[in-house]
Formats: sequence, C-alpha cells, structure tokens
Amino acid sequence: MKLVIAIVRPEKANDVLEALYRAEVRGISMSRIQGHGGELDRVETYRGTTVKVELSEKVRFEIAVSDAFVKPTIDALRAGARTGEVGDGKIFVVPLEQAVRIRTGETDAGAVTPVDDA
Amino acid sequence: MSFAATTTVAAAVNAGDTAWMLIATALVLMMTPALGLFYAGLVRSKNTLNTFMMSVGAIAVAGVMWALVGYSLAFDQGNGFVGGLGHALLRGVGFAPRPGGTIPQLLFMAFQATFCIITVALVSGAVVERMRFGAFLVFAALWSVLVYAVLAHWAFGGGWLQAHGTLDFAGGVPVEMGSGFSALAAALVVGARKDYGRQALLPHNAVYVLLGAGLLWFGWFGFNGGSGFSTGHSSVLAFTNTLLTPMCTLVVWFALDLIRGRRVTAIGAATAIIVGCVVITPAGGYVSPPWAMAIGAFAALPSYAIIMWRPRTRVDETLDVLAAHGMAGFTGILFIGLVAERSWNGVSNGLLYGNAKQLAWQAIAALAGPAYAFTVTFVLLRVIGLVAPLRATDHEQALGMDVVQHGEEAYASGDGAILVSTEAALDAPVLVAQP
Repeated sequence: MKLVIAIVRPEKANDVLEALYRAEVRGISMSRIQGHGGELDRVETYRGTTVKVELSEKVRFEIAVSDAFVKPTIDALRAGARTGEVGDGKIFVVPLEQAVRIRTGETDAGAVTPVDDA
Repeated sequence: MSFAATTTVAAAVNAGDTAWMLIATALVLMMTPALGLFYAGLVRSKNTLNTFMMSVGAIAVAGVMWALVGYSLAFDQGNGFVGGLGHALLRGVGFAPRPGGTIPQLLFMAFQATFCIITVALVSGAVVERMRFGAFLVFAALWSVLVYAVLAHWAFGGGWLQAHGTLDFAGGVPVEMGSGFSALAAALVVGARKDYGRQALLPHNAVYVLLGAGLLWFGWFGFNGGSGFSTGHSSVLAFTNTLLTPMCTLVVWFALDLIRGRRVTAIGAATAIIVGCVVITPAGGYVSPPWAMAIGAFAALPSYAIIMWRPRTRVDETLDVLAAHGMAGFTGILFIGLVAERSWNGVSNGLLYGNAKQLAWQAIAALAGPAYAFTVTFVLLRVIGLVAPLRATDHEQALGMDVVQHGEEAYASGDGAILVSTEAALDAPVLVAQP
C-alpha cells in the first residue's frame, strides 16, 4: 500500500484526471499549491514595479493505492501531466502505514479499494 | 454686428440639448469599460485582464481611427455606400451644428465616437481567451473603419438605408447586428478555444457579470436617450423605453429559466438586461411604451433559443454576441416595421398602423447589415491571418492570456515574487517555457 503524490501543472490537471479515470484509479484528493520545479522565472510588471515570479501555480494529487495499482497510477499521471518541458512536475511514492475507511471501519487494502457501485 | 452673430449661433445651438448630449456622451463611453467588466466575469480567471483589455484596446484604436477617418466616412456627404473624406482628421468639425442639428458638430462627433468604440469592443466577445492581443488591435482598427463606419453611414449618415426610410434610432444595424454577425464570422475564422467542447469553461465571477450589466444599462440611457440628439420627444421616449423594455425581457427570461432548469440564474439575468437594452436600441424613439414592453418580452425568446443552441455546436462564439446583440438587434429592427406609430414618433407608421412599406425597408436592413458585416469581417480576419497569427498557441492558452500577453495577473498573490530593481530586467523577455 502506497501513497502516490504527484505535483503537476494546473493546465494539465484535467488531462491527469481523465487519464486516472481511464486507468480506473478512483479515490483522489487534489489541491492547488505553489511550487518551483526549476523552470524559468516569469517576469511581471505592475506600473513601475517589475517582479520575477519564482513560484508557479501547481496542482498536487494525493492517491492512496494498493501495491498492484502503483504502476498504473504512475503511468496515468505521467501520460496526463507530461508536456516535455521543464516544470512538468514530480511523482513521489511513499509507503503507507495504515488506511481506514471512515464509513465502514475497513482498513488497509480494503479501505483503498473503491466500492463497486454496480 | 456682433450681436447678430451671437443670435445666429444661439438660434442654431440649443443649450439644453447640448448639455444633455455632453452627459450622454460620457455615459456611452462608460459602457465600454462596463462591457469589459461584463466580459471579464464570463471568462476563466487566467484570462480576466486580456478580456478586459480588449475593450480598453477598442477605446484606444477605434477611437483614434474614428477621429482620423471613421467619422468622415460615416457622416461626411458621400455616396449611398460610404461617406467622403471631407471630415478626415476632423477637418471642418467645429462648434456649428450639422444641418438640421442643434448641438455642435464637435459634440456630435464625440457622441458617435463612443458608439464606434463600444461596437468594436462587443466583437471581442467572440474571440476571447485565444486571440492574440496584437492581432486584435489591428483587427479593431481596420474593422472600425471598414465595417462600423460604413454601416453607420448606411443607417445614420445619409446612406442608402436611411435615404430609403429605414428607421434605426440608436444603431440596430451598425452597432447590434454589425457586432453580432461580425462576431460569428470572427469566431469561425479565429477558431475555437483549445479546450472548447472538451472541458467545462465556466464564468469565473458572476458578480462582475451582473455589475457590468448594470453599468451597461445605466450607460444605455445615454446611448438611446442621446440618439434623439436633443431633449425633445424622441429622446424622452427612447430614454423611458430603455427603462421599460429590459424589465420585461428580465421577467420573460426568468420564466424561461424556470421552465428549463427550475431555477432563475444570475448570469441569465445579466444576459436578459443586455438583450432588452439591445432590442430597444433601434426601436426606442419610434414605438409606444406599451409596445416597447411587448418587444422586450418577445425579444427574450429568439435570443434565449440561440444561447441554448449555440454551445451544442462547434462554433465557439464564446460570449454569445450573436444571440445577445445580433439576434436582439434583428428583432428590434423588424419590430419597428410592425409597430412604429407616427403619433409617438412623428416620422412613420409600421405595418400595424397601415404602412407595409416601412416593414419592407426594415427587413432589407435586417438582411443587408448582417450580410455586409459577416462578409467583410470574414475576409478581413483571413487577410490579417496571412500576415500574423490570430491565435495564441495551445501552450499559451493553457498558461492563460493574462500572463502571456500582458505579463500581469488579475489576482496576483505576490507569493514568490522577487523584486527586480535593475533596469536591465525590464528588457528581459517574458520567460515562459516554450511548447
């Protein structure tokens, strides 16, 4: 069981969601963050004030998956988020000690496996 | 002798009329930033400034072109199609009124300039979120002369429509249908936004939209109320109809929203205000107040239908200029031919009051204006497209037009912004990752 954290470009967030959906990865958190991944700085000018904006808008996905789902999740994230330019983002996979589904009390793999509605 | 000269001028220029037209001109100029606010609320937050700047850009380039040649081509004596160049660079435009007028021609020119400006700004609604700013400015400058000035000549400047008796009080042909059908052509040539039809592209601030619509309505009292060029009956009638008509459009729009989705929407209400103001623009000074209310109620139907239908097509006429302006202007122009009343306007009756010829000339205007606007806009943008790209790249659209085209953000947080103190940095290119 792993926690997959991906930091991607905001303009690619929709493509990532689509790719994750196609890979049948469910159970996603997403947040807007500010980050810097080594891309070129942006210059903005407001009247006489010129600034170099080092932090760019990024979107962070957090996805808890069972081991079998780690690779499909990473593949989907890369497929959705990649433009080939500096600043496409990173994927971090970290071990996950425990997961609990609040509604049922299920733990670990049971908790991160989506409920089949059908 | 000096006494005689003074009385001559006093007899020609009316102080009350001039006072009202000074105010009306300022009211109409305010409509363009109001439109910028209205449009900015309807786009995604990353395109807020670019969308607003298209309206500001229209003030700049269309206003300058108007003073250089546009006013002359619209209002100087020429042929039926276009005016002459006698007033180019505002030659001969001074304190004396035009023939039959009671306000200085200089003020008349200024009032008409604000019409040209907002019409150009209206067209921008079709191409927001992807058209390059430089290309838009070039388009705006040329369009204001090739399309607006010509249509204004037809309807207001003694051109063929006016000569044959087509009635257009405040610009159903040049302003509303001119912008609406040009918008359709512009959307077709520039093409859809990168994400159109794939992602939900939602308005980012409905309050801007409502505030923009409210300010537009306020300004419209100058637009329609000023188009009588006096404080006389036609101005009072148009002013009052500008109050009554959008109210009725709002009520019907509410009903249509309720029927369709069981909820009355705020952005729908803002749209209804525009549609109501547009439909009474051509008809304001020619129809009775009860008929103005009926026209306002009816006008909701075709415009609402187009707004529902258009997003199901592949035509990304983004902010529905065709529905709100083209269609409502068309409705207003035709209704003059049906319900104009000489007892109210002192000029002509419509079909219901026994004058079928009026309807015929309204119908001709309702076909000729859109045909000219669509065709010339289509060709003009194709030609500009040969010289410079019209569209931002997909990558630039993804980043947002504000940062790419203007190097600013509407909602800059300042987080991570480092002050650059050296002058050298001003010359540095805007550094964004290339696709």
